[in-house]
Amino acid sequence: MVAILAVKGLSAWYGPIRALYDVDLTIEQGGVTALLGANGAGKTTTLRAICNMVRRAGITVMDGKDISRAATEDIVRLGIGQVPEGRGTFTGLTVEENLRLAFHIRKDRVAAMRDMDHVFDLFPRLKERIHQQAGTLSGGEQQMLAVGRALMLAPRLMLLDEPSFGLAPLVVQEIFRVLRRINQEQKVSMLIVEQNAAMALDLADHVYLLETGRVVTQGKSEIVRNNETLRKAYLGY
Amino acid sequence: MDFFIQQLVAGLTSGAIYACVALGLVMIFVSTDHINFAQGEMAMFATYLAWAMINAGLPYWMAFIASVFLAFLGGLVIQRFILKPLEAAPVLSLVVCFIALLSFFNALAGMIWSYTIKQFPSPFPPRDIFGNGLVSVQQIGVVGVTLIMLGILTVFFRYTTLGLAMRAAAQNADSARLMGVRVSWMLALGWGMAAAIGAVAGMLVAPIVFLDPNMMTGILVYGFAGALVGGISNPLGAVAGGFIVGVLENLVGSYVIGNELKLTFALVIVVGVLLLRPAGLFGRIIVRRV
Repeated sequence: MVAILAVKGLSAWYGPIRALYDVDLTIEQGGVTALLGANGAGKTTTLRAICNMVRRAGITVMDGKDISRAATEDIVRLGIGQVPEGRGTFTGLTVEENLRLAFHIRKDRVAAMRDMDHVFDLFPRLKERIHQQAGTLSGGEQQMLAVGRALMLAPRLMLLDEPSFGLAPLVVQEIFRVLRRINQEQKVSMLIVEQNAAMALDLADHVYLLETGRVVTQGKSEIVRNNETLRKAYLGY
Repeated sequence: MDFFIQQLVAGLTSGAIYACVALGLVMIFVSTDHINFAQGEMAMFATYLAWAMINAGLPYWMAFIASVFLAFLGGLVIQRFILKPLEAAPVLSLVVCFIALLSFFNALAGMIWSYTIKQFPSPFPPRDIFGNGLVSVQQIGVVGVTLIMLGILTVFFRYTTLGLAMRAAAQNADSARLMGVRVSWMLALGWGMAAAIGAVAGMLVAPIVFLDPNMMTGILVYGFAGALVGGISNPLGAVAGGFIVGVLENLVGSYVIGNELKLTFALVIVVGVLLLRPAGLFGRIIVRRV
């Protein structure tokens, strides 16, 4: 197994409040890892800490390179695309502008144009709304746009923060179907944070369970899926 | 009728200058939510630099471009070295900082160039354009320069990737960082551009009001009124607002209250807009969830 990202002893704070306690994570190259847990367990904080968006301590290694102190903007350039909590839509920009924003860090303009076409292939609904202000999109469309924006960065690792949040089941299924395609066809590794444990377990091959800022258990997703005690205690189904 | 047209054109001319000042204010406001009270004094200082260069023998347009460029660098430096360290400071500290900048530039200009009024050349001849005493080349020139600048800015923000990155940074800084945008540099760039726009305004107004360290004080109030009328969050609105204020000020000044009370009228506009329609004519009302 080759790790694309390894996190060691990750801790994070919001002001004086500590949100993470020495979290260790390894994300396999080409795999999908799910990070599950209740509200306030520290899932979002973990993603924000990986991208250096909160005060943090600990080591992050990507492809054997220490990126613990890199700025968010540089971490993005190294190939980590995050789909943030709340979708991070640029509401005043059009759908196209939201995607085109990635052009300023892409040197390969031709490939970037192709990636944009690919995003429209994956989400035809975005193509229909190409010139619309992104703030007028529905929640599901904004989530598609967030995934599309991250894809435009040509990432090798995607961090997804609750892509199912607040969406109708059909839309959730569509988005997860696309995520699976991205993982399988483009070999993009993923770390996905979810409340919808069933959906995430289905997509992921590896799972970490987080409780009050600590990893309580981890393993292959079949094992967690088939362990009734774990499921009942942490996943609520 | 002739008198009316004269006043209208004069109003549009000063409106063009207010529009530039308003545009500079809006540039900084949309990305940081701050009103740069030093906008006028920075413009005045850049105008003095141009004056010094012209006196040293540089041709007008060369001095013009050099001054705009120096103002841009100055704005960049102020953001990087003075405002960036104050990123987390409360808004009152920033207001004090802007006022400090205002008096700093005012005093520095006075120290170097003294407070005596100086003549600043205009690149446009004061000739009539139609030979009927209504519109001068100078007036057309001022409005023209403003419109050209507006055009350049519109193209920059709408069609370049850098302009897009600046807009994204202003709208949602966290999300912009996740797209690789260096947000703090975008703010510095915004400051540089605002200062450059200010320099243009200063050089346009100096031939009309003469150059002295206090030349922009009143104009900043009009510019502020223009920005508020148009909507302080909307660059095009700010420009329209600047023109509206310029025309209204002239017409109200000539027909109703007399020229002495014109500045008061700008203040009445400021208070009126804030009371009746805080978002301005073209501004959006921003609803925040708390």
